[in-house]
Order: sequence, then structure tokens, then C-alpha cells
Amino acid sequence: MIFPKIRVLRSHGQQAIPDLDAVELTEEFRGRPELTEPTTDVERKELDQAVAICPTGAISLQPFSLDLGRCLFCGECAHCAPRNIRFTNDYRMGAATREALVIHPEDKLVKFDRSAIRPEIGKYFKEALQLREVSAGGDGSIEMELGATGNVNFDFGRFGVGFTASPRHADGVVISGPISANMAEALEICYDAVAEPKIVVVCGSEACSGGLFADSRAIDRSFLDRHQVDLWLPGAPTHPMVFIDGIRNLLGKKTRE
Amino acid sequence: MMKYYITDNTAASVLLEEIPEVSYADFYADLSEKLADPRYHLAHYFALPQGDRMVFYCLLLDDNSSQVMITSYALNYYDDTELPSLTALHPQVHPFERDITERYGVRFGNMPWPKPLRFPFDRYDRNSSMDNFPFYKMEGKSLHEVNVGPIHAGIIEPGAFRFICSGEQVLHLEIALGYQHRGVEQAFVSTNNRLRQICLAEAIAGDSAIAHATAFAEAIEKLSGQDRPVQLDCERGVALELERMAMQIADTGALSMDVGYQLGQVACEALRTMTINTTQAWCGNRFGKGLIRPHGTNHPLTTQKSEMIRRNVAEIARRYDEVRQDIKSSPSLLARFEECGIVARDQMAAIGGVGQAARASGVCRDIRTSHPWGVYAQDISHKPITKTQGDVMARLMVRSREILQSAGYIDRLLSIYDQKYASELSPCDKPDYTAPLSASSLAFGLVEGWRGEICHVLVTDAEGKIAASRIKDPSLHNWMALALAVRGEGISDFPICNKSFNLSYCGNDL
Repeated sequence: MIFPKIRVLRSHGQQAIPDLDAVELTEEFRGRPELTEPTTDVERKELDQAVAICPTGAISLQPFSLDLGRCLFCGECAHCAPRNIRFTNDYRMGAATREALVIHPEDKLVKFDRSAIRPEIGKYFKEALQLREVSAGGDGSIEMELGATGNVNFDFGRFGVGFTASPRHADGVVISGPISANMAEALEICYDAVAEPKIVVVCGSEACSGGLFADSRAIDRSFLDRHQVDLWLPGAPTHPMVFIDGIRNLLGKKTRE
Repeated sequence: MMKYYITDNTAASVLLEEIPEVSYADFYADLSEKLADPRYHLAHYFALPQGDRMVFYCLLLDDNSSQVMITSYALNYYDDTELPSLTALHPQVHPFERDITERYGVRFGNMPWPKPLRFPFDRYDRNSSMDNFPFYKMEGKSLHEVNVGPIHAGIIEPGAFRFICSGEQVLHLEIALGYQHRGVEQAFVSTNNRLRQICLAEAIAGDSAIAHATAFAEAIEKLSGQDRPVQLDCERGVALELERMAMQIADTGALSMDVGYQLGQVACEALRTMTINTTQAWCGNRFGKGLIRPHGTNHPLTTQKSEMIRRNVAEIARRYDEVRQDIKSSPSLLARFEECGIVARDQMAAIGGVGQAARASGVCRDIRTSHPWGVYAQDISHKPITKTQGDVMARLMVRSREILQSAGYIDRLLSIYDQKYASELSPCDKPDYTAPLSASSLAFGLVEGWRGEICHVLVTDAEGKIAASRIKDPSLHNWMALALAVRGEGISDFPICNKSFNLSYCGNDL
């Protein structure tokens, strides 16, 4: 009985990532894109193709910009216009404002505007933050990635951040999915059940903008008109490191330069 | 003898005019007889408005001969819209008839379970809403109801469960879904951007992104009529088996967590991380989004990547097998898993269960064997793993043996890949998002995902534009199996019964 357990333990070894702030993801990972202003007609033509193919209309040309809140990180635009759009493996993409998710040429980071953060967030949640996750049309992958933030590898719980079952025990809600009309009421009830002060985190490109379902009649995003969002996290799905980095920035445990 | 258009899972698309149109009386008589035979089951059955007519298409699978049999019937505008229900005879038809009624108001007489399926935005009855779901009721002084959801305790998708209990014992569970409805099928039609369409396919159920994208890509490739490079089949096979491994490992971990077996839980968490990071190192996304594209790929396998995948998969399989041995040698775990949440074979067959849940109840349904495509028709002759007990343990053991089986397939496919294709200069074409599609045709993609059979049906109009998409996720069948599994169990065993199926909410709600 005990020997099989010892074998599992021995193979398992030490799994936790020692320093979460020093993580670098694989080269293949598609994270924060970098844009370069087109200078030739060939480049402009390639960019036109990229704009035409983008599944969520995330790219604009006047002026040239890419909206991470809509981007699915499929990488197709970088195949069309490799000289002007390049995806780096930088996962530091969370932002305090929706506007900061729009990337312009020569941007080397996603700005995190500390002045947009309500002062009570740092005051109350700096040492412990418990969140209630509400999936409102999320496809299951974001939910799994949020679950993974607490797993044996990432172990975000070491910083006092975790997910709780009851909104009564929570300091805020994390929303995934484009917010389906059939979930709109449940989301509102859940948010109401969280005690003040509370935060709202939207997780994933679908939650940020509606993503592929922005024009769908099955979606009701009025929740976001009524409540202020404190943290915007892009991704399809949002990588656990995007979430961890975003929350640490929000709590003032980390700054982005 | 009723007429069917006979095809298989590798043939090209079908012209709509070649699909026989029969009367509902004939359709009803023939399906009543065929569905009584376990060799047949429904892959899809849906309604499609065409002008002022309503045409109903049915795809019937014959597991013994690998045939896909397609037929149709139609209703005219003034026809009586009450048809005798097939569900009354064969419960497996229920999700399809419920969908048709909910969306188009076509009624089925004697329908024993006339309930909403997903509350779509374009439903026929605007008075029907999530708030007035017609839950089944039981009266009795010693009975009470337990409501769970739509928001659950964990970080999972929403759905409402209502238990009717006598003390601790569950007498009945009803599952009301639809909270996740996003209008996926409509979104396929309202765009001509094929990249957008395949991204939609990847978003149908995020944990089955590869399987759904493969099913959609297969259907598109059948419609375009172009051959695809053979190495692409090989890559898709590897991707599909990687996804299967990742999710079966995740569910082993989830089951371990729910019985307080922390060692198994953390070991499986780490192994799942390793598996999806392998996928990420191949294509840049942990769930394989972006990997499957029609006619080609943006992420062709290189020798280095192939080596990396083989090395990781071998290590994952070795370490997972140790966890499996530990589960089997721990009496406290067996006491929880065994004889819990039993779905008997005849029940599973009657409700049309698919995938690993069906195989754990002795219903051997696996598209990789019965309707092989791609590598499963060429390089791998798949032998499905089955169990007969139909309990949580059987579902767990089917999962755990499939992980080892998939690891073996990946290794075999990559060794074939290395020998045949790696030496070529351009291993795979770039994806093609503009290939013209055959007009007025129907094509399907039929794929065995990790949860079970996935079916995408595409119908094109006279210009070759996608006019309708009908998607079936295996969860559509298997939710009923979960409801049956918990009958008679203590309500405290619900979590492990639920995890042993791990069904998709968004796959059902679309």
C-alpha cells in the first residue's frame, strides 16, 4: 500500500515554480504583440490582408493599432504581415483600463495605469484576496486556466490569492465568457452578494469585448455598463501567468516598467 | 425498404438533391425498427427551414459496417405540425426532438420529456425562459428538493441541478441547461470569414478545442473537395490524442481531489501541466487553439518538436501509470469509486450514450473504430477499451487505460511521421481559408473527441456559402447518463459521479 505512494512521490518531486515573477514562457507562446508602422506599399497591402482576415476585427489601420481585448491570439495576422505584426512570448498583458489594451506601433509593454486603481483595493486586499469566479458563456478553457493558477505548479495561494465557493466570502468577482443573456441575472445576483468594497476582474478576450460573440443576440453585456471593471485580462484562454501577473500588479506587489 | 443516401466518414460531401426525401410515416417506422438494434445510433437529426418548408435531416450511424446513412423528410407550411414522437420508443432521440420543438415549434405527440433544451435566443416560444424551467416534481412528506446552481462551488461553467431526495438518498436529478448559450450555430452562418469560423469551432468547448476544430475542418475539406496532405492527418491524430491525454489526466486529478486523495490530485495536476505545455511548445497555446486549420497548418511538426513530444509523452505515461497503480492498490479509494454511480448497459444504450462513459458501461461506441477517418483508417487500428461495471471506477479505469493507449499512438504516429515526412522540405501547406465550397451540399465531420463522438454538419446554399451549421457535442447525449447515475446514491456522492463524466455545458448550450 505504501510503496506505490512512495513511487508517485519520488517521480513527482518538487513541482512548484520557485519565483512566479521570474517566469518566462516558451518561445512558441503567443503573448503581447509588437507592431511596426508600415513603410512600403507591400507592407500596407499585407496589413490590409491581416485586417481582412482577423476573426474579431481587432486590428485598425487609422491609426495602426491592435486591440488585445478583442484579439484571440490566433497569430494569423502575423503570418499575413510578418514585418509589421510580431507576437512575443510576453505574458504581462493585464491592464487597469480598457484603453491600455490597445497596442500601438513601438509599444514595448502593456501600460498598467496605477492612477486608475481605486485606493481601497491596495488598502484592503494587498495581503489576501478571495475571488468568486462566474462563467457567463466561457468555453471551459478559461475556467480551467483559472483553476490552474492554484494548482501545484503555479500555487498562487502562496500569496493569499484564491478562489472561494460563496460570494459572501469573496472580495470580488472574476468574469469569464462574453456574458450570455441567460447568465446575466445570475451574474448580477452573485455580484450583489459580495460585500463592499469589491472588485471586478474580466478574464479573457471574450469577457473583455464579447470576442467572437460580440454581435450575437444571445449576449447581454449590460453588467459592464453598470459596474466598474478593475482589471482587464486578455487571452483566449488567459494563461495562468497573465492572471497572476495582472493580480500582482493590481495589488501593487509588482510594477511594470 | 426505406431509402438512405449511404456514405462513410471519408467520402466527399453530398448534394442536397441526392438525399432521399421520405414521408414522416416511413421515417418513423424505419427508425423505430433500426434504433431498437444497438448497431445503429443517431449522429444527428435536425430541422432546417428552406423557403416556406421545413426540411428534417437525419444522420444514422451503422457501427457494424462503418456506414453513415442520411435521409430526410419535410413539412409544408400548412402541414399539421404534430408528429408522433420517436423519443417515446427510443429515449436516445430526446435531445434532437427537444431541439426541433424548442427552435421551430414543431410538436411531437406523446413526447415523454417535452422540456426545453438550451433556451436559444431564437426560440419559438418567447414565454419560455430560464426562470420557469418545468422541473419534474414529486410529492411526499419525507421528500425534499436540493437546488444547485446555476453557479457552482468550483471554477466551472454554469448549469442548474435539482435533486429530489429522501433523506440523503437521491431519487431523481434533473439538469436544466442553457445558461451558456452564445448563439454559436448562428455565428457560423453570419460570417464568410473561414478563419473566424474555425476559431468559433475551437470555442464550442474549450477543453475539446482540437476535436471540434478537427470536425469542422473535416467538414470544410469534404465540401471543398480538395485532397489534404497525408502528413496533416498524422499531425491531427497526434493533436487529438494529446488532448485526450490531457483531459483524462485532469479528470483523474479531479476525481482524486473529490475523495481527498491529495497525492493523486497534485501528481495529476503536474502531469496535466506537462501535457498541455507540450501542446503549447508545439503550437503556442495550451489547449491547441490555432493548431487545427483547414487544408494545412501554421505549426508543422519539425524533428525537434516531434522529439520533444515523444520524450514528454513517454515520461507522462510512465508517471501516470504509477498513479494508476497507486489508485488500484488503495482500498480506501476503491471503496469510494466502486459500485458508485452505476449506469447499466441497457440504460446507456437506450439513452444513446457515447464516448468513454458509454464504453465504461459496456456500450462499445468509438468513432475511431466504427467510422474511422484519417490516421485511424490508415496507420492505427484502434481497439476501444471497454468495461462492463458502469460505475465511477469503470469510468476512471477506462480513462486511465486510454491515457496509456494514447501515449502509445502518439509515439507510433510520430515515428511514422519522422520516417516519412520530416525529411521533406515543406512538410505541410499553409492553411487555405478561401477554397470554394460545393454548392447546395451537406457535409459532416465525425470525430472521436476525448469525451466521445463529435458531429458537425454543414449545409451550403446555391452560392457555396455556409447556410447552416448544426453541431453535436457528446455531452448532449451523456447529460442524461449523469442524471441516471446518481439515482439511489447518497447526495454526497454526486461530486464524484459528476467528475467521472465531466460533461461540457457550453457544448450542450452552444
